[in-house]
Amino acid sequence: MIQKVKNYISSLFLWELIKGLNLTFRYMFKRKVTVQYPEEKTPQSHRFRGLHALRRYPNGEERCIACKLCEAVCPAVAITIESEPRDDGSRRTTRYDIDLTKCIFCGFCEESCPVDSIVETRIFEYHGEKRGDLLMTKSRLLEIGELAEKQIAEDRALDALYR
Amino acid sequence: MSVVMSEDQITIEVDGKELSARKGQMIIEVTDANDIYIPRFCYHNKLSIAANCRMCLVEVEKAPKALPACATPVMEGMKIKTQSKAAVEAQKAIMEFLLINHPLDCPICDQGGECELQDLAMGYGQDVSRYQEKKRVVKDKNIGPLIQTDLTRCIHCTRCVRFGEEVAGLREMGATGRGENMTIGTYIEKSVDSEMSGNIIDLCPVGALTSKPFRYSARTWELIQRDTIAPHDCVGSNMHAHIKIDRLKRVVPANNEAINEVWLSDRDRFSYEGIYSDDRLTTPMIKKNGEWQEVDWDVALTEVKNKLANILSSQTAESFGVIASPSSTLEELYLLQKICRALGSNNIDSRLRQSDLSDQDDAPVFPWLGMPIEYMETLNSALLIGSNIRKEQPILNHRLRKAALRGCQVSAINMIDYAFNYDLANKLVVSPNHMLDECLGVLKALVDETGASVPQSITDKLAGITVSESHKAIAESLNDVENSAVFFGLGANSHQASSQLRTIAGLIASISNSKLGYLSEGANSTGAWLSGAVPHRLVGGQKNATPGKSIAEMLDAGLNAYFILNTEPELDYWNGADAQTALSNAEMVVAMTPYISDAMKDYADVLLPIAVFAETSGSYMNVAGELQSTNGVSAPVGEARPAWKVLRVLGNYFDLDGFDYVTSTDVLAEALTAIGDITPDNDKHWAETFSDNTQSSGIACIKDVPMNSVDAICRRSKPLQATSDIADGKLHVNSSTAASLGLTQDGMANVEQDDNAIQLTVLFDERVPDNSVYLHSANAATNSINASLGSVKVSKV
Repeated sequence: MIQKVKNYISSLFLWELIKGLNLTFRYMFKRKVTVQYPEEKTPQSHRFRGLHALRRYPNGEERCIACKLCEAVCPAVAITIESEPRDDGSRRTTRYDIDLTKCIFCGFCEESCPVDSIVETRIFEYHGEKRGDLLMTKSRLLEIGELAEKQIAEDRALDALYR
Repeated sequence: MSVVMSEDQITIEVDGKELSARKGQMIIEVTDANDIYIPRFCYHNKLSIAANCRMCLVEVEKAPKALPACATPVMEGMKIKTQSKAAVEAQKAIMEFLLINHPLDCPICDQGGECELQDLAMGYGQDVSRYQEKKRVVKDKNIGPLIQTDLTRCIHCTRCVRFGEEVAGLREMGATGRGENMTIGTYIEKSVDSEMSGNIIDLCPVGALTSKPFRYSARTWELIQRDTIAPHDCVGSNMHAHIKIDRLKRVVPANNEAINEVWLSDRDRFSYEGIYSDDRLTTPMIKKNGEWQEVDWDVALTEVKNKLANILSSQTAESFGVIASPSSTLEELYLLQKICRALGSNNIDSRLRQSDLSDQDDAPVFPWLGMPIEYMETLNSALLIGSNIRKEQPILNHRLRKAALRGCQVSAINMIDYAFNYDLANKLVVSPNHMLDECLGVLKALVDETGASVPQSITDKLAGITVSESHKAIAESLNDVENSAVFFGLGANSHQASSQLRTIAGLIASISNSKLGYLSEGANSTGAWLSGAVPHRLVGGQKNATPGKSIAEMLDAGLNAYFILNTEPELDYWNGADAQTALSNAEMVVAMTPYISDAMKDYADVLLPIAVFAETSGSYMNVAGELQSTNGVSAPVGEARPAWKVLRVLGNYFDLDGFDYVTSTDVLAEALTAIGDITPDNDKHWAETFSDNTQSSGIACIKDVPMNSVDAICRRSKPLQATSDIADGKLHVNSSTAASLGLTQDGMANVEQDDNAIQLTVLFDERVPDNSVYLHSANAATNSINASLGSVKVSKV
């Protein structure tokens, strides 16, 4: 009986509406957090896992030694590597493909890499118009690594403490 | 092996479990037999005990310290703990010492993933090293085209050193220096030349010795392991093929105590490199107006059918012949002879390197080893006639070596002073012209000793023979000795008077109560005899009422049509140049071949790409009569198909009955039913009449096939071709004969035979007997010299 009266009064004075509008007006005066992408961008963690890259040493030598640990650890089987001895006898890849349509960006490849060669950069704005565009080859990955090396190195330095 | 007697049995306790053991066994042997694992690096059950890695330390009750399980003999009532605190602590300490100098380069090490050190470091290693000092670095050594060294990784287990001494019989690897400075290597800068050297790759528990051809091409976890059979010698070694995405990446031995134990010869291990050679034939091809065209299978097979039908309608079926490799599978050979005989011809042969076939009707159902392979170890004396067993059948040689180390008296009568890796009791090295006399000498010594009677024609022969001390010694070593054998090798098989040699070998064996063993060519020549891929026998070794032509007769007769299966007659046949001429003169040559060569392009009209050994299912019968079947392990290259499928479909194209097989097992089942139950028997299967042979005069010519040039795959395997056991196309002659002929080292010599003359570079080779020259077969430079004609004229250019 009492419940019925309570319900009648609250619906008579539009209590629910007031409750809702209360939230609306509270947010009206709060600081705005909406980011106007693409003009504005959210801050990124240095551990951000975006597009992959293959790094080089400062002397220009590619880091990857074709140990294939990333290929083995990849849960999505997105990495394909072929290797052979290079002319100088060192162990190198002849093929290093990452199929981005398969990749789940878990970062295991980066974690498994003994020489910090394969990394995930902060780059996340990329697209492909054909399916093949999302098949990253060794040369494209190295290219990305060259372009983003400054950022990559800074991020690794930041994270070094925790590794 | 000693007989296990009950008083030898004792009881020990391992980890609280009672185990019975034999007195004198080492702890690790007992635990291995009972599936209790003790970590180890230097211990290997086929090698002697070194006890230098100390990884197998276990706690033994009442012993003050942990003891190495590999070098501690068991005693009655011994109580052993393999998992106790003391044992594990000792093992962890050893692991820490081992890891001090071991580089942390597992990511680039080919052993990574199958490394005993890596595995044990997971269990016994610590994650942080306490070692702060400098690590040891050892310079790599180049030890040949097959084995890659990375000696910084070496943990000095000395398995490779012990293998060299105990199994290969060559002290090639050794340890120099002591303590920190100890390094493993060849004492002098040289390559490791043993025919079994590849086994040290498997033995090495770390990545110090790895396979050079396989280097960096795959990781072990990517590889799928399938079983196959080695197709290069008559042993039929069991192998594991490692496959990555349908491509054969490497080969390792499979354990089979009855055949190859845990070993594999280098030829079997590295021949796979030839599979993906650039000259693999990938599509069927036909020659139209002198131009080669790539066509599909239907067009090619229709062409074969039409052309052959044409020839068979205008000529007799006898104008068609088949040359097959003795290394083809039993299924292939069976189908091939079925087609051949269904088309009305008996001209099928697979005896590529046998020159004298006059006694073929007296031959056994199939010439075989005369004993199981294992039995060779128990021999007390053996006579090798014309055999380079060490290079030709390395696995059989290993068995014989074991017997020799035990005290077996091995004697050899050879035409080349081949190197053996054990001491020969008696050795006779004579030119081919005297081969017969030497064997007769042994026979005469035997007859003198025993008073046995021999056929009249041979008694006449013996009259003119003088018995030397060596003959007597050989005869004595064989006569009335338990477990003795006479082995008839490939050199004797290709001798111009091999039928007579066979008779003498047979008589020597039967008079001395020895077993007679034939060492056969190819992987399946016993299978070829049984499946009727010889002109004078049908399936199951039944006598053929209308025997066909042997290869030599086919080529001499100039047939109109030839089928070639899995062989390059210009190199594989004893007289390659003759084969090449005869084949180019033929109206039609159909080559079923995995490879295309210029010679083949010249004489063939249709080329059908077939799968190589690893790509086809099939069976091989080894020299001891053991039939082994295998599946295809990798995908055939391009449009190539297993030869048994090609032959089956060819049978359909010719509208022949009984070609509706679904799998190769169907073919095998039919073949085996047709063959029936056969007990091999070499005894008394030789020609009783002994024709007078005409000894040729002049410079005798010796030809053999070096180990790594025996077949098309080996000849295309780059690592094998980089070894020293290949056909070099030079004229080998010893220095005294060279001096009498006026030849100089590296100079050119003119070699003449009939109206045929070639020029070859001279190589001084002291293994060659006087008044003889020695040529390698399976080489284009020497293929026009026919060793079966006996003699050549040699002069300086």
